[in-house]
Amino acid sequence: MTFQIAIDGFVALYIFMLAGFAGWVIIGRVPAILHTPLMSGSNFVHGIVVVGGLYALLNASNGLEQWIGFFAVLLGAGNAAGGYAVTDRMLAMFQTSERTPAHFKAGHARTGHVKARPTRQA
Amino acid sequence: MLTFVPRLVIDAADLMVALLFMYGLWRMSSPVTAPSGIRVAGLGMLVAVFASFLYLFGVSAAAKPHLAINIGLAVIALVVGGGVAWWSGRRVAMTSMPQMVALYNGMGGGAAGAIAAVELFGNKAHSATQLVVTLVGALIGAVSLSGSLIAWSKLDGVIKQPLRARGQKIFNAAIMVATLAVGAYLVFAAQGAAQPWMSTPHLIELYFGLALLFGVLMTLPIGGADMPVVISIYNAFTGLAVGLEGFVLQNPALMIAGMVVGAAGLLLTLLMAKAMNRSVSNVLFTNFGAVPRHKQGAIKGALKPTAPGDAGIAMRYSSSVIIVPGYGLAVAQGQGKLFEFVKLLQAGGVSVKFAVHPVAGRMPGQMDVLLAEAGVPYDMIFQLEDINNDFASTDIALVIGANDVVNPAARTDKSSPIFGMPILNADQAKRVFVVKRGEGKGYAGIVNALFYADNCNMVYGDAQAVLIGMIEAVRGLGLPAAA
Repeated sequence: MTFQIAIDGFVALYIFMLAGFAGWVIIGRVPAILHTPLMSGSNFVHGIVVVGGLYALLNASNGLEQWIGFFAVLLGAGNAAGGYAVTDRMLAMFQTSERTPAHFKAGHARTGHVKARPTRQA
Repeated sequence: MLTFVPRLVIDAADLMVALLFMYGLWRMSSPVTAPSGIRVAGLGMLVAVFASFLYLFGVSAAAKPHLAINIGLAVIALVVGGGVAWWSGRRVAMTSMPQMVALYNGMGGGAAGAIAAVELFGNKAHSATQLVVTLVGALIGAVSLSGSLIAWSKLDGVIKQPLRARGQKIFNAAIMVATLAVGAYLVFAAQGAAQPWMSTPHLIELYFGLALLFGVLMTLPIGGADMPVVISIYNAFTGLAVGLEGFVLQNPALMIAGMVVGAAGLLLTLLMAKAMNRSVSNVLFTNFGAVPRHKQGAIKGALKPTAPGDAGIAMRYSSSVIIVPGYGLAVAQGQGKLFEFVKLLQAGGVSVKFAVHPVAGRMPGQMDVLLAEAGVPYDMIFQLEDINNDFASTDIALVIGANDVVNPAARTDKSSPIFGMPILNADQAKRVFVVKRGEGKGYAGIVNALFYADNCNMVYGDAQAVLIGMIEAVRGLGLPAAA
């Protein structure tokens, strides 16, 4: 691997630390109601591994490397495409009620006009 | 060696990808902005994939003759892998989401492991550090692959029972130690400090084999209801493996994306474990079903069964209802009927809210998605800490297919295995109806004192059938919608 800038030693640790911190803070903001789409969404994000697979496959110089590289791209692409498809589908389902009745916001302490009648005992 | 221009384009693309991913996840913090968030991240992914084809301008001399075939293979892999996963992701039922996410997650772990394999078999590591990182990434990726596949088969019902054996923990530990030993040996051998006792490729194969085996063995004994924690952990694992392989490939986009996901997975893992009142190591290394029965405090009262229709009518005449849905509702596919019933109540002027426990479902937040799919607006769905104080001033709590998460023993009974677990205080409502298939115990295997409380009635039956009964009874009243 020949690159212009080497990410080595402490530079790598800085990147990992800051990214980990950013992830923790960003994910910490997500409300519990969205935890499933969040999980599939972050699942989608690590589908970026497909890029590493492409690098490995394009640089493959023998049959074994081609096989493993092919496998890596296949799985990585599946991870990315599948993760995106389910996340997008789920997020489209979260709808707000067109009318937002006041009692949802103010809690249910409705005093008032619909008086509770005695309930039938089982 | 890449020439200047493709190198610059790839670097710029990677930077953009990291930015788009983080911004996309940032927008996931509200249901309003979240759909655009995932699209932003998706755009980032497209940029990354297209830019990575520029690597073909810089392939090594050894790979040059194979370049045409490699490009063909890459395109086929992208189209087939992406296409199949897209197709399945578009079709999968929302109740099957946990196993689908487990499967995609395993694919990511497998891809990271495969990249490590190319590096290892090709002997491409330049330094001991790089080799160690490659090996660690390979280990985590392989464990994530095989572990996720086992999790998938458990969630999908292929494996029905947790498999447990005596001495399992010691055996698993031995496998782990053996894996690490082979890894360490590889490093020493590469430094010339040790004579390989078998050829390096065979050692690498052994290393991967052991790591995969460990993932299988580690996941087999874990029970179905612990899956929220397991899925979160493997999500973190895959992220970590991707980040580490990103370092090996000197690709900062992979490093950042992987580590962000690793942190996210860790956070969710801890949240889930907390909601289940257990430590992460307890989930992984303790066979929960095998916990010795504790002495149960005497339970006063009796189970008081009631008919669905009576319960439905009681709710129609109340002024406020909080519904506690559990995994049993999803099993019975009753979400649609539930929302139909809720709309009837609302038309009658009853205030209705949903109270969702963090571990209601087989992955974090699954119940929220299932309710959303049924059409329940998210402003009616409340999380534990936001609604727990409201039960005391609520007329009726309707518990459907949930058990341990409403067991008041978690608050009061110090000897209970679930003592200290955050629960929904359904017992504090003036009246409680519990819809349940039968008199069985919950996952934790303990009797629920709530069911015997004076203010609680049991409605036995399949959740869907019970809800149909409730709907018919309320419709049968023929009441006009409230003003």
